[in-house]
Amino acid sequence: MNSALPMDTPIHESSSFVTPMIMARGVEKTYPNGTNALQRLDLNIARGEIVSLLGPSGCGKSTLLKMFADLEHPSAGLVRWNGKADIQSQCKMAMVFQEATLMPWSNIEDNVRLPLDLQHISKSVSTPKVMAALAAVGLEKFSKAYPRELSGGMQMRASLARALVTEPDLLLMDEPFGALDEFTRHKLDSDIRQLWSERDLTVVFVTHSIYEAVYLSSRVIVMGARPGRVVADLEIEGPYLRDEAFRSSDIFIQQCSHLSQLLAEASGGHHHD
Amino acid sequence: MIKPLIQHPTVQRIAAPLGLGLIFLLFWQLSFQQLEVPIYVVPKPSDIVIAMINQSSVLFGSLWVTLKITLLAFVCAVIIGTLVAFVFVQSRVVEACFMPYAILFQVTPIVAIAPLVIIWIQNTTLALVVCAMLVAVFPILTNTTLGLRSVNKGLLNLFQINKASRWQILMRLRVPNALPYFFGGLRISCGLALIGAVVSEFVAGAGGTSAGLAYQILQAGFQLDLPLMFAALFLITCTGLGLFVLMSLLSQFFLNKWHESEQV
Repeated sequence: MNSALPMDTPIHESSSFVTPMIMARGVEKTYPNGTNALQRLDLNIARGEIVSLLGPSGCGKSTLLKMFADLEHPSAGLVRWNGKADIQSQCKMAMVFQEATLMPWSNIEDNVRLPLDLQHISKSVSTPKVMAALAAVGLEKFSKAYPRELSGGMQMRASLARALVTEPDLLLMDEPFGALDEFTRHKLDSDIRQLWSERDLTVVFVTHSIYEAVYLSSRVIVMGARPGRVVADLEIEGPYLRDEAFRSSDIFIQQCSHLSQLLAEASGGHHHD
Repeated sequence: MIKPLIQHPTVQRIAAPLGLGLIFLLFWQLSFQQLEVPIYVVPKPSDIVIAMINQSSVLFGSLWVTLKITLLAFVCAVIIGTLVAFVFVQSRVVEACFMPYAILFQVTPIVAIAPLVIIWIQNTTLALVVCAMLVAVFPILTNTTLGLRSVNKGLLNLFQINKASRWQILMRLRVPNALPYFFGGLRISCGLALIGAVVSEFVAGAGGTSAGLAYQILQAGFQLDLPLMFAALFLITCTGLGLFVLMSLLSQFFLNKWHESEQV
């Protein structure tokens, strides 16, 4: 199985012999009003993977991500990080939300510094880290600006810098670029892919865009709605380092249309090809 | 081409309303002079100015009394309102228990409570401060509670992910978030403190050294001294306006960097 993987994805392959970074077993979520957000879900995410959770709204992908962040707890089943129940001892997790969620009363530098501040890390130690994180997202010139002075895309970059400043090994992203225009979105998708390739980072990325999922991921998990469940789990074929040319390649388009078909079948709609 | 002066924003915002006021005063002065309206019916602006100069020591003494009560009541309202708001956000149960009684105080007219407070509290100044404070505390309490509560859900999650303590969430997230609401409360509350002070002065009717502007209005009414009445009224209005402007400036100073309400 492993030898069948493309040669250019050797580090980030998933291996059944290693304890997965995130493991979900029989996870269910039922809300007090009876809504069944997730139905018996099993999933492994290996260290170093970049995985997209793809599905229509209401399929429970955000709920699942919040469980991976230990912000929500399953009604039944369990989530394990490196095989343990305690996320904090097992991984340094950072999360990026649907909106930039910056503190409007603080400038960009202080916003990015927040996670370190909350851990009582002194300014002399945190400042170089903050500057490095800002540089990684191309915002070093805007450290003193306030969030309202930045465009939506730049605010999202600041949010990303805030996630990177703690040097996480697990990055959870909840439809982070949904509200941005397509050009900005493409650029940020490339940046995420780039950051992931440079670091020892496991990324779980929630999206409802097929193109974004295929471009970003080494693996796409397709989810269906009502009740939320995994419909398909696909390895994405493509070069390790991707650029805009990949978006117009045959293999990209092929995989997109395959996913689109799967999604249509999952939501019970009729797919015309 | 030179832009007409009237289109300049500063002129429009300040000079134009001032000009209108001056024209009104001039019209008032000239027409009432011409019609020879008796001073005990409607005094002319000049009569009011003369009354203010002649009785300045009495008037400004009273102004100081009213201002003192207003400011003391306002400061107490800010402290108590904010502290109670902090207690309310710690637990929904506490808020649910006490909020109805806070509303009870708010909906009962101060004129109705004032006699009771004045009987219970011997010291007149203290009694008046308590009355005015009861009126002024509510907007600060409700606004600050709302501000402390309505934090962005994502930011709250972010603090939780980073293992922030309850104290860190309060000081670094809830308090800054509540500031615009708090300043909104201040602006409403400073006017209410003045209203509370004047109304309870009317009820108390205290003369002598503790006579406030309300007492001067009452006295002027008994003596049909309308210029004095207008002068006292003018001072009350100026006090309210001054407090409001002060609060607006304070709000601008603290929020102009980041909050939409203070953007030019």
